[in-house]
Amino acid sequence: MQVSAKDAIDVTTQWTQMKAILATDCGSTTTKAILIEKVGEEYRQTFRGESPTTVEAPFDDVTRGVLNAIQEVEELSGRKILDGEKILTPAEGGRGVDIYVSTSSAGGGLQMMVAGVVMAMTAESAQRCALGAGAIVMDVLASNDGRAAHEKIERIRVLRPDMILLSGGTDGGTISHVVELAEYIRAADPKPRLGGSFKLPVIFAGNKDARGRIQDILGDRTALVMADNIRPVLERENLAPARHKIHDLFLEHVMAQAPGYGVLMGWTGAPIMPTPAAVGLIMENAARAQGLNLLGVDIGGATTDVFSVVDGQFTRTVSANLGMSYSISNVLAEAGIEKIERWLADPLAEQEMRNRIKNKMIRPTTIPQTQADLALEQAVAREALRLALDQHKALAVGLKGVQMERTIADAFEQEEGGKSLIDLYRIDLIIGSGGILSHAPHRVQAMMMMIDAYQPLGLTQFAVDSIFMMPHLGVLSEVNERAATEVFLKDCLVPLGSCLAADGRAKRGEPCFAYAIRFADGRLAQGALRFGEILRIDLPPGAEADLQAEPSKGFDLGAGKGKAVKLQAKGGVVGLILDARGRPLYLAEEESERVAQLRAWAKAVDLYPTEEG
Amino acid sequence: MAHSYTPGLRMASQTVVRKRRILPIPGQVLVHEGQAVTATTVIAQTELPGKVHAVNVVNLLGIVPQEIRHYMLKREGDAVQAGEPLAENRPVIKWLKTQVPSPITGTIETVSEVTGQVFLREPPRPLALTAYLDGHVVETFPGQGATVETACSLVQGIFGIGGEAVGTIAVAVGSPEDELTPEQITDAHRGTILVGGSLIGRDGFARAKQAGVAAIVVGGIHDLDLKLLLGRDLGVAITGTEQVGLTLIITEGFGRIAMARRTFDLLVSKVGQRASCSGETQIRAGVIRPEVIVPLTPPPIPPPRRGEGEGGGAEEGVSVVIGGGLKVGDQIRIIREPYFGRICRVSALPTDLRLLPTGSKARVLEAELDDGQHIIIPRTNVELLEA
Repeated sequence: MQVSAKDAIDVTTQWTQMKAILATDCGSTTTKAILIEKVGEEYRQTFRGESPTTVEAPFDDVTRGVLNAIQEVEELSGRKILDGEKILTPAEGGRGVDIYVSTSSAGGGLQMMVAGVVMAMTAESAQRCALGAGAIVMDVLASNDGRAAHEKIERIRVLRPDMILLSGGTDGGTISHVVELAEYIRAADPKPRLGGSFKLPVIFAGNKDARGRIQDILGDRTALVMADNIRPVLERENLAPARHKIHDLFLEHVMAQAPGYGVLMGWTGAPIMPTPAAVGLIMENAARAQGLNLLGVDIGGATTDVFSVVDGQFTRTVSANLGMSYSISNVLAEAGIEKIERWLADPLAEQEMRNRIKNKMIRPTTIPQTQADLALEQAVAREALRLALDQHKALAVGLKGVQMERTIADAFEQEEGGKSLIDLYRIDLIIGSGGILSHAPHRVQAMMMMIDAYQPLGLTQFAVDSIFMMPHLGVLSEVNERAATEVFLKDCLVPLGSCLAADGRAKRGEPCFAYAIRFADGRLAQGALRFGEILRIDLPPGAEADLQAEPSKGFDLGAGKGKAVKLQAKGGVVGLILDARGRPLYLAEEESERVAQLRAWAKAVDLYPTEEG
Repeated sequence: MAHSYTPGLRMASQTVVRKRRILPIPGQVLVHEGQAVTATTVIAQTELPGKVHAVNVVNLLGIVPQEIRHYMLKREGDAVQAGEPLAENRPVIKWLKTQVPSPITGTIETVSEVTGQVFLREPPRPLALTAYLDGHVVETFPGQGATVETACSLVQGIFGIGGEAVGTIAVAVGSPEDELTPEQITDAHRGTILVGGSLIGRDGFARAKQAGVAAIVVGGIHDLDLKLLLGRDLGVAITGTEQVGLTLIITEGFGRIAMARRTFDLLVSKVGQRASCSGETQIRAGVIRPEVIVPLTPPPIPPPRRGEGEGGGAEEGVSVVIGGGLKVGDQIRIIREPYFGRICRVSALPTDLRLLPTGSKARVLEAELDDGQHIIIPRTNVELLEA
């Protein structure tokens, strides 16, 4: 249906006149509802409610949890939103809302398998496409993945994904390899995870010349959908069309099979989005609006999502088994006990540490009551964040397999295709989300977890998501970008402050960098840091300061080794952190020396304040 | 307000458990409603499709895919034996002939003229689904399976490894505080579901395996010992398929933790009785906890058929019970440091948020320990002990 210019204006007017917006996120354990209201001329998030998600037995109906969460918002706000089980729209005189939107990751979210001909090329593009659409990628299949044909077929058969994305070949190129992958899928005859009697959705987004063959092979066995090739030529990725198809199929096949979603879809004023896709969207919008290179992390109980927007290029990865409750033990398994232990200023015996981590895994809703327990959880979080960023760096890369034109000068600086896009000097803002970061007892702890895990370089701003409303705002941005952006900046993000860090190593006590800070009120603070030191300077939210720093000749603050920098530092609830601990961060091997180091750092930044600050 | 709830592990001396037993793929149901079954009765069976193997015939014969059918000796649907030729070329000089043998015994499923691959499928494997419980069939699902019901005592554990097991209950320790040591396990414990106290170590586990114990039920285990048992660090709590020689169910958690007295006493009262148990655990959405189910003896009267008044209150195989909220006087178990494993009673439920030693504010409860000491615990760090 075509929309006339008049209709478009009407729709825009309608959205800008919105007074009250209701949004929910149906997570795997909790359904969270938020109310956004127009306060004066701006949109603000005003009330929130939550309730256990009810997608599983004995309820088997997601709308029960949604209604409970909305009821809590009603009780707290005094605004009548529900008429029985119906959401009152539009908003009139303190009743009802203008629009209701929702995201969902309940029931395990969107689980996909992707396939491509060459692992480092089309299979990698397919993986980026599925992840960008908000999926968990269960496996990546490729002609050259090292597995025998029968192993591939068995794997497809055993996994029960929600859908498969099949890609491979550039348009006009050879078709035999991608047809071979289709034959494997047919031989495996996979069944979808939900709705056993339905056909598994398969999106073909490969060489367009292979469509006829793919239709012959998979047309009768699967719910086959064609999309534009995600890699029409080697030099270009075209992920958007396949990503849109994934969203369509998510609604038509996956959501429609989940208990209660048929009814929920009838309530919403915009299509339900997978939660991570919505988070990615709000980050992408924010980066674009502010012209920033951004890195975002959402560390949950079971998974950790990492998002980056660098020079406008958006990448999302999900580390499916790195998390702080259900998956906490997997962080231990992947990182190793020594890596976790190295962050503890009060060391614990290995057996005690292991038992505590496993007990958190089997009782995931518990919270630390002692300082030692909190320190252990935050140590694990540092490792989970670090591992998830490593996985993100491996996928947030330039296209591989691309022939690059080189000049004589390039010959001295050979760079392969597939260089990581995550250059920490160029990241302007790091946003943390998820319970361990958003609900850290003291904000400085959240900032230090991220600094220790990511080891930013140069000057980087930090923020945390206050109450995890990024999913709500992401889906809202589809219908009212202004409201979503205003709430994102005013109520969602808590600015922590900035960190200036130097790259390099020296002996402890040797000069690292000198600094001079001119505050807005004219005050001047200056000094010098020696290698191994860290300093926290008060710089409140909204404040900015001129920062000049001159590194010693072995250190780099972003302008090159030994070269001075002039920067504008933004404040936050933590302030400005000057980090001269070196990159890679130096932690002593010897335990007593390391403990002394950690205690000195904790004291310098007031990591464990004795009284509520 | 929406419910605040405290999930607890189920422990009941008398309850009714229903288990829905469903085949992974459709098959044949062998029982009827009302039929008495034992744990080992096969209630349904099916055939799992065999594995698929691919052979790239054109590469092996040096031909082009479009010609493949010309060289095939077998067609789609034909049965083949391992080693039997699938295809061959026809050179002018006969001794240069190349044959492509079948790697497996099975049937030919597909021959591709695009890629030159031939797909073969192994014969199907039979799968028999047992009742798991001594009880009665209360419902059948044509082609899928049945629901088995039993009146029983039920103990849920917090974590387990290994699959389903059946045996008689035996107790090897004197109190729930005792460690289950190798010396306490004898050959007489073969085939039993053996109850220990606070801990089993690696040596105790090895002895139990050697003695042929079917399952161990104990308060705790050290994670280092679990790692040794499994040969790896367990990453996520999704278990049940481990092959470690026996089933292990821990009732309290990791470390040395005395088994809850009521759990221990209930199991002791069942010594010599036949029981079913499973170590399967899934701590994610759709939670599954390990369990010990001891059917009541003598067996109760068979339940009425469906439609004749269904028995209310039966457990539909649901492993976690959601309580309606905590009340003053409720008995609870503390599930986090610094009082981990202690059992006490709720003495007050303050509504305001309280500051914890970590600096966090949380909803808490006040509890009274056995020695009369009053302590403050975050509400999320306790489990309601249900009767």
